[in-house]
Amino acid sequence: MTARVGIVTFPGTLDDRDSARAVRVAGAEPVPLWHRDKDLHQVDAVILPGGFSYGDYLRAGAISRFSPVMESIITGARDGLPVLGICNGFQVLTESHLLPGGMLRNNDLHFICREQKLRVENANTAWTADYAAGQEISIPLKNIDGRYTADEHTLDELEAEGRVVFRYLGSNPNGSLRDIAGISNAAGNVVGLMPHPEHAVESLIGTGRTDGLGFFTSILKRLVNA
Amino acid sequence: MARVVVDVMLKPEILDPQGQAVQRALPRLGFDGIADVRQGKRFELEVEGPVDDAALVRIREMAETFLANTVIEDFAVRVEEKQ
Repeated sequence: MTARVGIVTFPGTLDDRDSARAVRVAGAEPVPLWHRDKDLHQVDAVILPGGFSYGDYLRAGAISRFSPVMESIITGARDGLPVLGICNGFQVLTESHLLPGGMLRNNDLHFICREQKLRVENANTAWTADYAAGQEISIPLKNIDGRYTADEHTLDELEAEGRVVFRYLGSNPNGSLRDIAGISNAAGNVVGLMPHPEHAVESLIGTGRTDGLGFFTSILKRLVNA
Repeated sequence: MARVVVDVMLKPEILDPQGQAVQRALPRLGFDGIADVRQGKRFELEVEGPVDDAALVRIREMAETFLANTVIEDFAVRVEEKQ
């Protein structure tokens, strides 16, 4: 038996298909989850993919956060269910307060779409165990609301607890405080980041690199060895 | 029907590049003397029934959980007087 990884589709989600494909490439079974269905269909982990759910109305992720499926995911995440939020999914996680801080408009007001270098700062989370701490990876970044913000106290706490999971390398693309590209909750089962690992899992397409595959092999190993 | 207005603004310490872009455009358009611009959101709620204390408590709750993200934003609730 392999691991079942749920992929949520909200109205306006774009990257659910690529996320499902990445899960399959890693050797796990993707399970589609619908935003209006509270039932998580016995999945072992959940991915909140990127896109523009509800057109980013009100704030990115603000309306999706109150969808029926999120009620179950929030409860599950607090009980240890591994959850990965990518881009819009990261925004949903901060709006849900499963992750601290908030996401704001990029400081230069541009939509940014480019290959982005990151450093994996924490390789102990459910989603990063197949990387080495300090490893540099390059995956696509594409968003307009990517500026991570939190108060100084929260930032210090994240740093002290090793919960800054990814940091931007080179020039900071969006004004994120302390170059933060991704963070985790205290338990390490919930991880959110703005760049897109699911677009970098096969050498044939995209940037030609497979630097994102480790997210999906990490969770598979975690679930199979559990 | 009574109207309640909820204003939502980014917290003062948070960078507002949209407000800055507006402020920088002003002199070019001949509008001088504006030192700073902050951009926010205004929600106009048409309330069924009386706007009593209980209704305002619910509206504040709504603003805090949904209309504003209090991690990054402040909000203010006020009842708009009839014209």
